[in-house]
Amino acid sequence: MSSTTTAPRSSVPQAFKLRVRRYDPESGQAAYWDEHEIELEGHRSVLEGILQAKNRFDGSIGIRCSCRQAICGSCGVRINGEPALACHTHLDEAIKSAKDGVIEIEPMGNMPVIKDLIVDMDAVHWKKVRRVTPWLIAKQPVPEREYIVDRESMVDVTQTMACIQCGACVSDCLAMEVDPGFIGPAALAKAYRFVGDPRDDARHVRLNDLSQDPQGIYDCTHCFKCVEACPKDVNPMGQIMRLRRIAGSDEQIVDVNNGHRHEEAFTTLIRDYGLLHEAELLPRSYGGDSWFGKFHPAAGKELLSSLPAIVKAVVKGKVSPTKAIFGHKIAKRDLDSVKRIYERVEGKPQRYELNLYIVGEDE
Amino acid sequence: MPEHDVLIIGAGLAGQRAALAAAQAGASVAIMSKVHPVRSHSVAAAGGINAAISLDDDWRSHAFDTVKGSDFLGDQDAIEVMCSEAPGEVMHLEHMGVTFHRNEKGEMDLRAFGGASMKRTAYVADITGQALLHVLYEQLMKHHEQVERYEEWFTTSLLIDDAGRCVGVIARDVRSGRMESFLAKNVILACGGAGQAYKPTTNGLIVTGDGIALAYRAGAPLMDMEMVQYHPTCLVESGILITEGARGEGAHLLNANGERFMEKSAPNKMELASRDVVSRAEQIEINEGRGVGPNKAGIYLDVTVVPRKRTLEALREIVNLGRDFAGVDITREPIMIRPGQHYIMGGVKTDIDGRTPIDGLYAAGEVACVSVHGGNRLGANSLLDTLIFGRRAGEHAAARSASMPMPALNTVSRVQADEAGIDAIVRREKGGRRVSEIKDELGETMNRYAAVFRDEQGLQSARETVARLKEEAGSAWIDDRGTVFNQDVLGALELSYMLDCAEAIVLGAIERKESRGAQFRTDYAERDDENWLKHINITATADGPKVSYSPVNITQWEPEERKY
Repeated sequence: MSSTTTAPRSSVPQAFKLRVRRYDPESGQAAYWDEHEIELEGHRSVLEGILQAKNRFDGSIGIRCSCRQAICGSCGVRINGEPALACHTHLDEAIKSAKDGVIEIEPMGNMPVIKDLIVDMDAVHWKKVRRVTPWLIAKQPVPEREYIVDRESMVDVTQTMACIQCGACVSDCLAMEVDPGFIGPAALAKAYRFVGDPRDDARHVRLNDLSQDPQGIYDCTHCFKCVEACPKDVNPMGQIMRLRRIAGSDEQIVDVNNGHRHEEAFTTLIRDYGLLHEAELLPRSYGGDSWFGKFHPAAGKELLSSLPAIVKAVVKGKVSPTKAIFGHKIAKRDLDSVKRIYERVEGKPQRYELNLYIVGEDE
Repeated sequence: MPEHDVLIIGAGLAGQRAALAAAQAGASVAIMSKVHPVRSHSVAAAGGINAAISLDDDWRSHAFDTVKGSDFLGDQDAIEVMCSEAPGEVMHLEHMGVTFHRNEKGEMDLRAFGGASMKRTAYVADITGQALLHVLYEQLMKHHEQVERYEEWFTTSLLIDDAGRCVGVIARDVRSGRMESFLAKNVILACGGAGQAYKPTTNGLIVTGDGIALAYRAGAPLMDMEMVQYHPTCLVESGILITEGARGEGAHLLNANGERFMEKSAPNKMELASRDVVSRAEQIEINEGRGVGPNKAGIYLDVTVVPRKRTLEALREIVNLGRDFAGVDITREPIMIRPGQHYIMGGVKTDIDGRTPIDGLYAAGEVACVSVHGGNRLGANSLLDTLIFGRRAGEHAAARSASMPMPALNTVSRVQADEAGIDAIVRREKGGRRVSEIKDELGETMNRYAAVFRDEQGLQSARETVARLKEEAGSAWIDDRGTVFNQDVLGALELSYMLDCAEAIVLGAIERKESRGAQFRTDYAERDDENWLKHINITATADGPKVSYSPVNITQWEPEERKY
């Protein structure tokens, strides 16, 4: 959270050029770009700019919008290629990332476009939300008054409750681009809202479901795109990682996708070698720390299927064959430092990762 | 043609709550909204929901605070219903999954709010409306087999049969442009207020008085329309709302001299007096030259007196709003605010079960006037109003449906008429004014003359302007000639809804020759119980709007002077 105060704002309107991606499904023609020049103070939002263009020049520009204050979640778009809420992006900020002095506004990605900036959220986003059984399965018996629960637990799930379902994270989810069936960041963050809720009675069932689904929590590739995209600091990827930890470590769920072991392999390899030891990754993912893991049939199968990628990586110089096979060497002193980090983190009596809505510092 | 026992128009809190209640009572239910349900403006309600759940509280105390807040115009039987049922309703929502903030004992925490004699406001940080709305939508997804959802359908008219009963609606699928009629044994209007008739307003762009106008056109009386709430803390430039929760947590209001001027008009409650009182006090400071900022048009809201950690946890949304929409870190410096249009206490006249005088037509939430808010709504009573009367309307409509046959009506010609009306707008030649221009002029007019302070001359001028704008709207043109997501043509229909609402607001304000609650007439500056302790009803007739009166229902609290 920024704690700096911005300079006094200019009350003088200035001209901005907007380039809007248009698509009219009734015209039978392909999508095209449309430019308008609007006049507003720099701290006004891109949405206000679009609305001015709509009101003054062309009322047919399609965009969903309502609250103008980043709470209704209607106006998710891409601005200069990045997902954002139009109402939550200042014109003077947007112009900075504009490649040719024109603010470019397109519909969100990963969802079919209906018209102009309007995408079919139901076909993708809401379908995925419905996939995670998105309602509380209340612990019985239901008390007469409120459930008595930890103060912090409610603040914790409020962070995911704060998701406004705008779809910005879905728009740019790289895993979903490759695997459209991936449940995805928004829906999985929604799932955490129940897994983390002490009043919910289906924690294990939910986690097992999301772990065993090949398009569930282990399908996320950890790319941070959703974290950057989220206008409400919901941190969807963080929620997915928490689902993994709770599923694997607390609920001891062994998933058929081998996702938990694969993640463990990364962790233990860094602990043991300080850097990733690529050749060890597959065996360890399938056999854990056991030497026999090297001979796990599934490991061999996955190695075969990964060969093209490995060859490509070697050819492009991304991986050095010797280091990948024999391991990277780092100085003993550095390796000891890495190990100390592990000892410190793992030595804590309990894992503290409450997702505080805001971790406020007292001054 | 789709047929349902209960058809609900609007999917904010009142609508969704009505849908669940009707479904649980066994009715076949459908809920229709021009936007996806979670975009409904209930999502923006921030501060919390009132209920006497504390063991040392009593719903009668809540009821009295509400009666007093209403400046004794609220109907006390309705207020008793709302306040006595509040604790059960809030617990019910908690059991459904609302993540209410807890105290150290793990019980629901309560915060202070304006006009309340004790801490009585349950909350989820400052996103209470969003939390409630999303949890109700979770329940709609859960009960998808019982509740049909028509998301992004725009209602163009109510179907009234020859006997004068409401038997359904005509609506347009926003996505395809297709018109369809829906038959229903009972229709519940739950489509919110009409804030967009004002500019600026805290209300979202979708809040265009659709339900109020639909009922008005169908012959239902509108009640207390002159009672328009100005919220005391809106950002000066954009009109964006800063929650009353800020003052509930202890924030101060300061004028240019750094004085907490509320001690002049509310020495006991100070910043936590009722909203009409605080807004007037602010406007007086501004009018008398003690405002702050450019043109001295603002007042300082000082949140820095609240511990920073508490602000970051319990008022996070307004920390974000301050940063993103005013460039101010509210934890470190005061922020400039002013009164802004926020809520309409008036609406379609209903009884305590949401029934309007039109058979088969119900209304609940901001669209309705039960009346629990009278001349001025207390903060955190609107969420409560939507849930209590949404549920009651849903239950009543479901029970009524059980004992009646599905109405029969040939709707072909009516669908064609609405379709022709839309086609005519789409085909209008460019000539008159743009819809957006008329809307701007309407908003500015209302905000000038039907605002915190009013007088005869200003109101008459507003009446003339609204009448002229109605004329101009008849020939206003649009750009979009398509059918898929033609928001342009829907904007023209919304403008006509807003103009109807504005007409009723101005007429009511002219009629009420006294000052009570949100209606302050500088030319009739006193409350006049002898002549005006009554509701004003406005009904559309062939000869234009007709004014009538109805009594205020007083059960146990006689009107007295209001002091905070």
